[in-house]
Amino acid sequence: MTSLVLAPGLAADAPRPGGVRVLVERARRVFAGSGVVLDGLDLDVAAGTFVALLGPSGCGKSTLLRLVAGLDQADGGSVKLLAPEGAERPRIAYVFQDAHLLPWRNVLDNAALPLELAGVGRDERRAQALVALQQVGLGDAAARHPAELSGGMKMRVSLARALVTRPSILLLDEPFAALDELTRQRLDDQLRALWLDLGMTVLFVTHSNAEAAYLAERCIVFSRRPARILLDTPIDLPRERAASLRSDPHFARALGPLQDALLAGEAP
Amino acid sequence: MKTSLAAAAPPLLSLVLLLGAWEALVRVLAVPAYLLPPPSQIAAAFAADATTLGLATWTTAKSALLGFALSGVIGVLVAVALSASRLLERAFYPYAVFLQTVPIVAIAPLLVLWFGPGERAVSVSAFIVSVFPVVANALSGLRSVEPALRDLFRLYGAGKLRTLLLLSLPSSLPSIVTGLRIAGGLAVIGAIVGEFVAGFAEGTPGLGILIMSAPRQLRTDLLFAAVLCASALGLGLFGATNLGGWLLLRRWHPSEKS
Repeated sequence: MTSLVLAPGLAADAPRPGGVRVLVERARRVFAGSGVVLDGLDLDVAAGTFVALLGPSGCGKSTLLRLVAGLDQADGGSVKLLAPEGAERPRIAYVFQDAHLLPWRNVLDNAALPLELAGVGRDERRAQALVALQQVGLGDAAARHPAELSGGMKMRVSLARALVTRPSILLLDEPFAALDELTRQRLDDQLRALWLDLGMTVLFVTHSNAEAAYLAERCIVFSRRPARILLDTPIDLPRERAASLRSDPHFARALGPLQDALLAGEAP
Repeated sequence: MKTSLAAAAPPLLSLVLLLGAWEALVRVLAVPAYLLPPPSQIAAAFAADATTLGLATWTTAKSALLGFALSGVIGVLVAVALSASRLLERAFYPYAVFLQTVPIVAIAPLLVLWFGPGERAVSVSAFIVSVFPVVANALSGLRSVEPALRDLFRLYGAGKLRTLLLLSLPSSLPSIVTGLRIAGGLAVIGAIVGEFVAGFAEGTPGLGILIMSAPRQLRTDLLFAAVLCASALGLGLFGATNLGGWLLLRRWHPSEKS
């Protein structure tokens, strides 16, 4: 379907955006209808780490992500993004489960939207959006409209839109869950390559322990709500990962503890 | 071309049959023309009174278009205001519904009092009849903007005005177009009803006046011709809004994909 173009736009001269540290202390969030979702959650994510968040449906992973994004406020405790000394304000990007593109805009102007909202001029933002589209292998589709794209392509536009601001933290809420397995694996590879290249902090919510282990340096498994951390483990796999890794015994061994923790989390 | 001809054939055939039967029956039964003129006489009235009919249609069209334009602009503005706050919506939406239920014929005399007889009162009548569908549809569109997209705009620090212009309004465009489609036909009805009551002014009389005065002169053929002009006007406005909607939405909205 697509070739994997690995960040052709970000040449050696472009600075790596780097990441921010995420510090969650005793975070509490209660919803009127559904009760306590987070109750005193602690989490510390080092800058530039790729972390996968796993857990049963509705356990509070998305709530945590929204708190980190600043789209929602904690009822207690604190959620902080800590940029390194001298660094600018953290730039946050968020990728939803569905692509959520603006259907009346073409691909280029969809990818340029965050820059437009930041007040970047038209030519400048289009040039940067084109770079972001090339990073996800969609440079040729810039003039097309979302209705003309496949699900995987839409998701990649969504990813380009997230990358266009050079985010210091990228939050993804089950981004590839609605796609077929092969497309999903391709996008996983692309995301991992982009992360290696750009070095931002990534929080990746997923239901799939295989996807979590394949992508992340660190996996966190949550219990049912209110979310407690059942397992917080580094993933001991090589930095450069390829599709062949999925059938490697090392990979299977990394999956084991995740699977056990997930099952424990589902249990009442 | 061939298929569109095939599609047009059945209704055209039925029309010819209907007109033929009408013509034949009126002639055979010797129905007086002031009760029911044969189609041929209506056609003759079209030819004989072409100028009167044309000017009347133009007068009504101006009022209907002005009322329609007011509905489009004010209807969308009101919907934007109501969508900005639940409190505003709760406070004012019931009265918008109430306005919709007041029969226009009943308030038309008031319009004459307030705006004087003539095109102004007629346009206001067209506006009152056609504004509600625009408000209701635009409001429903503005209310159904995807929450994830709202979040996205919030994440990137977009203000209220930019969110409205770049997100809420474009994403409610399909609903607004639906509202305008309904409003187009209603504006013509509102203009003609307005003319019944408020159309007696100096200047060219509109179709409403023609429809009222033709039967008094036993010109039932002219009445039929005027009614046909009125429906043509409604159809024209409906077609124009359809075309406008298609031009705006064809690239992205499923409703306009052929």
